[in-house]
Amino acid sequence: MASAFEYAPAPESRAIVDIAPSYGLFIDGEFTEAADGKVFKTVSPSTEEVLSEIARAGEADVDRAVAAARKAFEKWSALPGSERAKYLFRIARIIQERSRELAVLETLDNGKPIKETRDADLPLVAAHFFYYAGWADKLEHAGYGANPRPLGVAGQVIPWNFPLLMLAWKIAPALATGNTVVLKPAETTPLSALFFADICRQAGLPKGVVNILPGYGDTGAALVAHPDVDKVAFTGSTAVGKEIARTVAGTRKKLTLELGGKGANIVFDDAPIDQAVEGIVNGIFFNQGQVCCAGSRLLVQESIQDELLDSLKRRLATLRLGDPLDKNTDIGAINSEEQLARITTLVEQGEAEGAERWSPACEIPASGYWFAPTLFTNVTQAHRIARDEIFGPVLSVLTFRTPDEAVAKANNTPYGLSAGIWTEKGSRILAVANKLRAGVIWSNTFNKFDPTSPFGGYKESGFGREGGRHGLEAYLDV
Amino acid sequence: MSDRLSVFKTYKLYVGGKFPRSESGRVYEVTDAKGKWLANAPQSSRKDTRDAVVAARKAFGGWAGATAYNRGQILYRVAEMLEGRKAQFVREVAEAEGLSKSRAAEQVDATIDRWVWYAGWTDKIAQVVGGGNPVAGPFFNLSSPEPTGVVAVLAPQESSFLGLVSVVAPVIATGNTAVVVASERSPLPALSLGEVLATSDVPGGVVNVLSGRTAEIAPPLAAHQDVNAIDLAGADDVLAKELEIAAADNLKRVLRPQPVDNWSQAPGTDRMTAFLETKTVWHPTGSLGASGSSY
Repeated sequence: MASAFEYAPAPESRAIVDIAPSYGLFIDGEFTEAADGKVFKTVSPSTEEVLSEIARAGEADVDRAVAAARKAFEKWSALPGSERAKYLFRIARIIQERSRELAVLETLDNGKPIKETRDADLPLVAAHFFYYAGWADKLEHAGYGANPRPLGVAGQVIPWNFPLLMLAWKIAPALATGNTVVLKPAETTPLSALFFADICRQAGLPKGVVNILPGYGDTGAALVAHPDVDKVAFTGSTAVGKEIARTVAGTRKKLTLELGGKGANIVFDDAPIDQAVEGIVNGIFFNQGQVCCAGSRLLVQESIQDELLDSLKRRLATLRLGDPLDKNTDIGAINSEEQLARITTLVEQGEAEGAERWSPACEIPASGYWFAPTLFTNVTQAHRIARDEIFGPVLSVLTFRTPDEAVAKANNTPYGLSAGIWTEKGSRILAVANKLRAGVIWSNTFNKFDPTSPFGGYKESGFGREGGRHGLEAYLDV
Repeated sequence: MSDRLSVFKTYKLYVGGKFPRSESGRVYEVTDAKGKWLANAPQSSRKDTRDAVVAARKAFGGWAGATAYNRGQILYRVAEMLEGRKAQFVREVAEAEGLSKSRAAEQVDATIDRWVWYAGWTDKIAQVVGGGNPVAGPFFNLSSPEPTGVVAVLAPQESSFLGLVSVVAPVIATGNTAVVVASERSPLPALSLGEVLATSDVPGGVVNVLSGRTAEIAPPLAAHQDVNAIDLAGADDVLAKELEIAAADNLKRVLRPQPVDNWSQAPGTDRMTAFLETKTVWHPTGSLGASGSSY
């Protein structure tokens, strides 16, 4: 379909960010090479351009980093909370000052639109540090006893979908409560964590309090298995989460897991259709659907299916896919070749199982990793695209007749992270929200996040909460 | 003294509100602290654990959906029923743990008081651990605790009654349902508790009590895909590790065994919060103009 409006390119300048040709590991306040000298490349998923060469941490480096964090723990945990708070406030402010630079960097390394990194990721990152900074000297009022103690060294492994935001979710509460951290960013998105190391330097954070170890899954596995780690926090796939749960079994390590999801977005026949369409689009196409709490299953009441799908398809035809640095881009690149292959496989299986595939006319750039917004109808609960987390811009549409049926279908998944409810009827919202087995329920909205709002899953979406007063518990000896 | 021959009690499991024998037909000999025969207790099988999980799952919706006030009334009723059967429990606890009558009576008193304590928690925990969140935007945002689901509870091995109730009451107070594995050596107070629960308005299936070999019946519970959480209080370190690994398969919430010197100490809220999920609900607030109308 020809676009009603042609847009001239409006790219954000990448001159604001200076990416070095290579980066080391950040251990004990210094950038250092890996003990075995290994490196890997990080590429921009929208162009496949190599952005930088990164040291790849091995077991010896994990040892060094954990030792540095252990050494730093004694002084850091003994600091008055008010002093720790001021370090975190400094970090929050420096992130605000450097937020355009970090937004461009994140867009380059991750492939998500600048509109999102600029307006969602970065403001939330700064807000998260600002929020937990304030807790550091108020822990005795948090409901965890008169003198809650930190756990020690936290080993944290984060995913590639919100690299800096997931770092903030992990590091801010850990430091506020007096722990020290060793954090492993994802192999496809290490850069913002390494820039964060520089922010720690600017903030004057004591050496060893934050250590950053870029690497692959083996680095993460070594970190969570390290005997001198007291706390493990992981965000990522359910399969890896289960492996980590087995690894820490029988130890004293405290574990929190934020894993996959297959969120149901339920639209009742009295919903405001235009708002619901915006919510559906935001629910599954925000960050190319690479979101654990995505509304990847649309449950629409049968009587309004046609009307809703017509509106939805019209809206999808207006989405702009392309250069993530362009300020008008809605859909950016898929984060990696591997992820693109996973999405492609699942979508092909959806077609093979008999679901009906639809995408708007959409030009795909010649280089980079891309996937057009995709919608499946005639989906049954047995289809793999209705059960497995696709982690891509793919929406599976199912229908229901009664609220009970909607609830039963929404809960028919091993996951339990998020759900959406669209209806004008308040009592129905509350009744349905009450019955959904999911940790975050968005009613007449979707994909809203806030540092004060606890986030996390039921069932196989993991356990523990990040954000709010609840988020402190993961890092306290309670 | 009368030389009348006493009537022995046949101790049976408590599953789904009924009192079945083990489907395996097995029993094992339970003795007092000095080795004197007390009873033959059912030796539960893997199939018995599955039946208990089915019963607990069936009961979950109704129990979790009951009002907190109602759950509190019912738990308080348990304390009332226990008070009336105190003499029986004093005898059973004394025999099980080798305590004097007076020491056993202290244990039973503390146990009854513990039911009362948890009965009062049912309609307060949500206010203590949940609440509104001041998000930076025009949204109403509320976090509330909800029960995790079906919880497998390995009761402490040593404290056959106070320890047992100290791990079971917090699980069900918040709306979970439980499959309880009684102390292996001293299961009789737990099996008798089933009789009390059955006459206290606790719906069948909310608490299910199994006796037998912990090492035999705990692994199928830890691996069961329809169990949401497990309390390992009654497992030794080796078994606890094995069970925690099995529990990872469907990401059960695991409460690891913790050393407890004295079960009569004030319990705190940890055993309740271990089996609670936090649900956060968002809704736009809209806006009203100065005149009170929209826009």
